[in-house]
Amino acid sequence: MSDTAAAEEAPRMQRARDGRLVAGVGAGMARHLGISTTVVRLALLALGFAGIGIAVYFALVFFVPAEAAADPRERAESARRQGRDLAQLLAYLAVAGVVGMLFLVFGGLFDPLLWLIVFGAIGGAILWQQANPAQRDEWVSATSLRSRTGVLRAGAGILLIVIGVFGFLAFQQQLHEARAGLTFAVATLAGISLVAAPWIVGLVRERDRERRERIRNQERAELAAHIHDSVLHTLTLIQRRAEDPREVQRLARVQERALRGWLYQRPADAETTVKAALERVAAEVEEVHGVPIDVVCVGDGDMDDAIHAELRAAREAMVNASKYAGPETVSVYGEVEPEQVLVFVRDRGPGFDLDAVPQDRMGVRGSIVGRMERHGGSARIRTSPGEGTEVQLTMPRIKGAE
Amino acid sequence: MGTVAYVGDDNETFAGGAAVPRVVIVDDHRLFRSGVRGELGDAVEVVGEAGDVDSAVRVIAEHGPDLVLLDVHLPGGGGVEVLRRVLARQPEVRFLALSVSDAAEDVIGVVRGGARGYVTKTISGRELADAIVRVADGDAVFSPRLAGFVLDAFAATDAPPMDPELDRLTQREREVLRLIARGYAYKEVAKELFISVKTVETHVSSVLRKLQLSNRHELSRWATARKLV
Repeated sequence: MSDTAAAEEAPRMQRARDGRLVAGVGAGMARHLGISTTVVRLALLALGFAGIGIAVYFALVFFVPAEAAADPRERAESARRQGRDLAQLLAYLAVAGVVGMLFLVFGGLFDPLLWLIVFGAIGGAILWQQANPAQRDEWVSATSLRSRTGVLRAGAGILLIVIGVFGFLAFQQQLHEARAGLTFAVATLAGISLVAAPWIVGLVRERDRERRERIRNQERAELAAHIHDSVLHTLTLIQRRAEDPREVQRLARVQERALRGWLYQRPADAETTVKAALERVAAEVEEVHGVPIDVVCVGDGDMDDAIHAELRAAREAMVNASKYAGPETVSVYGEVEPEQVLVFVRDRGPGFDLDAVPQDRMGVRGSIVGRMERHGGSARIRTSPGEGTEVQLTMPRIKGAE
Repeated sequence: MGTVAYVGDDNETFAGGAAVPRVVIVDDHRLFRSGVRGELGDAVEVVGEAGDVDSAVRVIAEHGPDLVLLDVHLPGGGGVEVLRRVLARQPEVRFLALSVSDAAEDVIGVVRGGARGYVTKTISGRELADAIVRVADGDAVFSPRLAGFVLDAFAATDAPPMDPELDRLTQREREVLRLIARGYAYKEVAKELFISVKTVETHVSSVLRKLQLSNRHELSRWATARKLV
């Protein structure tokens, strides 16, 4: 936690998830107070010897909420960091020390009573850990109940407690006096379970249903927001521009493409694959000039510099077609082959006499033919009056690009 | 969608002696159905409309049209389901798929299901009428996009074809498809390749047959692998 934040207002205390040792109380308190974790842990440890520290610790475990879970990747990252954390190593050593101290108090490793208390305490800790407020959600949810680790953990906890309790009773030679009481307790518990089980199952189902409903509502809201921002907006624009058919068509095409992309397409990166890049170029030209451009692309592959140049030439060809060929659809066909990338741009306009184009006209010669040749490709223009125009661009692919 | 090739076979008459094909429009958008009806005008005779799979099957059985304009996405199982149920009993009915979705999976799906062509809903009324007449005549209509999809589907792979007759396109068929994908109409394709329009039609029909009959493993895997909805 940064100093400035601590100075303004201490953050609400939360049990830490990252860099925690047991339940995150120490780390959380250190963040809350803005002091070193090691200091807090040592203080808790010192209090622990007096007995009060342990009580305080457990009280904090139950009453202080844990931090929200970080996303798994981050957690894995922090788990890796954890391994190298010296302060934490020290803390583990301290805990080991406390345990050792307990052994000494109870008179050595071979006192079974000590082991039974330890079993019971660990089992209880495991179960409580699972049932604490932050994790209860996971615990009750269907997925975590079905997850093997969850079941395994709960089972281990229960087993440890049972061993602890029965062992304790047996060791104290009170097992057989307790039997009558135990039978009664077990029978009562079984009865209560039978009564309560359907109700609990119902509650869990209800909760799942509510969660699904909530997710669905969220999706609906998101969809509504998207439709509102895009489609409704465009429809309003179309109504206002109703007297300009060209503009109306342009708006409709732009909106159609956006919606289609949102609904069907994977988010392809226009910078990395030929097909997506070609489609994007066509979309941009279409938006500026308002002439529909249909793109068909066969095959796909990675972009390289030469293909970038080819697409710039293709853009120039599309712009020319849009400007001079009238309102008819321009057809763009791309073909990605292992050795080369072909792009055809075809319009159905009046066409022109190629030889009649003056040498100094930049459009065709400079932007298209020149650009292609500089990058090792070629351009061929087929046109004649009345036949429309087709520009054919060929660019060899860089070896090893595939 | 670009241009759909048209070559006149104007003198042909259709079932029932009518001079124009009798058409059923199947689409779940009423607005779109009436729009198409209006655009087609006198070029075809619209004998029925349907908005879902069950009513489509019923209307087609009732009227026995020359051609069905079939939307790919329909409540009750989609256009593929209509194709399956109608063609089992009325194999003579021809289908032209018409869809707003130009995802490869949908397009290849309906064509393999038995449609003899595919155009997108942005096609102009005149082009649509041409395509209808052509399909009703028994030819295939390949839009540039469908041609592109087919080229992709039959793209050369290392896997040996199971049935070379069906799993591969000939060089000529490939040339024809590439020209169609470039936006050439059938007669332009014919001129470009120095062949007759009839030959172009033969090639396209042959491609259609391969597309429908090929069990090529790649073909189905291709559609799913692309995950295009």
